[in-house]
Amino acid sequence: MSLLGHYNYWIVVVLMMVGFYVVIDRGNLLKKLIGLNMFQTAVFLLYISMGKIEGGTAPIIWEGGGPYSNPLPHVLILTAIVVGVATLALGLGLVVRIREAYGTVEEDEIREQDDP
Amino acid sequence: MTDLLVLRVVVKLLIPFILLFGLYVQMHGDYGPGGGFQAGVIFGSGFILYGMVFGLETMERVAPMRLIGVMIGLGVLIYAGTGYVTMALGGLFLEYGLLDHHDPSHGQHYGIFSVEAGVGITVASVMILIFHTFASRKG
Amino acid sequence: MVVALTIVWLRNMFAVVMLSGIYSFLMASIFVVLDAVDVAFTEAAVGAGISTVLGLTALSLTTEREKTPRHRPFLPLFVVAVTGAVLLYVTPDMPSFGDASAPVHHHVAPRYIEDSIPATTVPNVVTAVLASYRGYDTLGETTVIFTAGIGVVLLLGRRRKKQQEGEK
Repeated sequence: MSLLGHYNYWIVVVLMMVGFYVVIDRGNLLKKLIGLNMFQTAVFLLYISMGKIEGGTAPIIWEGGGPYSNPLPHVLILTAIVVGVATLALGLGLVVRIREAYGTVEEDEIREQDDP
Repeated sequence: MTDLLVLRVVVKLLIPFILLFGLYVQMHGDYGPGGGFQAGVIFGSGFILYGMVFGLETMERVAPMRLIGVMIGLGVLIYAGTGYVTMALGGLFLEYGLLDHHDPSHGQHYGIFSVEAGVGITVASVMILIFHTFASRKG
Repeated sequence: MVVALTIVWLRNMFAVVMLSGIYSFLMASIFVVLDAVDVAFTEAAVGAGISTVLGLTALSLTTEREKTPRHRPFLPLFVVAVTGAVLLYVTPDMPSFGDASAPVHHHVAPRYIEDSIPATTVPNVVTAVLASYRGYDTLGETTVIFTAGIGVVLLLGRRRKKQQEGEK
């Protein structure tokens, strides 16, 4: 129980590291954004899994209900998801502009064009 | 516009239900899962589906981008405006209890409703606008 | 997790975007299991719906194939492995999964659950906290979305004017 009870954190760490690897290793800017998204989802999972209570139900109050899971992380992540998609759209917009200016979305090629 | 007849008919059938579901999520957010953010996204995706299948010009006829641009600002204005109304009623910023003289909890209800409406309007119109700017760049 | 790893290996960007949609959808089902229905709802609509559409439209404006990186992957792998190891090393100090006595559940959360019905008459605590208790926060987040929308329009919306200038 003591060690296996932390499996949610292991999943979060693995997902987070996969996203992190994509962000720092891959040269394609679009792929980087998707990696960033994966990293973000791992953080969401971390928060939500911390709010879970064993045997709890969704925090919508009804008579005889309870115990309820912690609603606070849900609120924070709910807004974070929508803000996340807005910033993702902004990032994609930047990528499209870069593609139009340089003709490529690969980091190495952009750098080569900048200092030949 | 796509030439696939099946796709067009199915989408035509689906869109009213998507929009209705979006409104349901918006109004019912107090009692079940849902609220302004989700409703805005669902409502916006209804329009986006329409734009993808029937072409951007048709979509622009239904939702002119000038209007959508105004709606984005309107949503934030409704939210902040609710705060200023409660201030004008002699309370603090976003103190919903003052919106109803008799029962503060009803006031809370009205406040949450109008704030969620503001959020929903902003999210839906931002989604539509973002899709439109991306898609209209293709040409 | 398998889906996540496939995303890393695939170089065809179309498949990657579709897979990230599937990934979001799986994530949404995990959120349902973890009692976060509101969050799952949002993740399904946003992650699996809007993000995929946006990714595909952005894809049609850029290239579909990713090129093989020329540098060796060892240094990034090393950095990732070390960071992951450090994070795993500290996990035993965290409260275990589903533990009702964890510190997260003892600060303001019980107050939200107990007081939200008398104070706001709204049964869905998430909505009550979102719109009422943390109203300032949500106002800020709405403004962030507003700003992001304006940013995208500023970045991408100027083309028509430029074309006209080019024609002149």
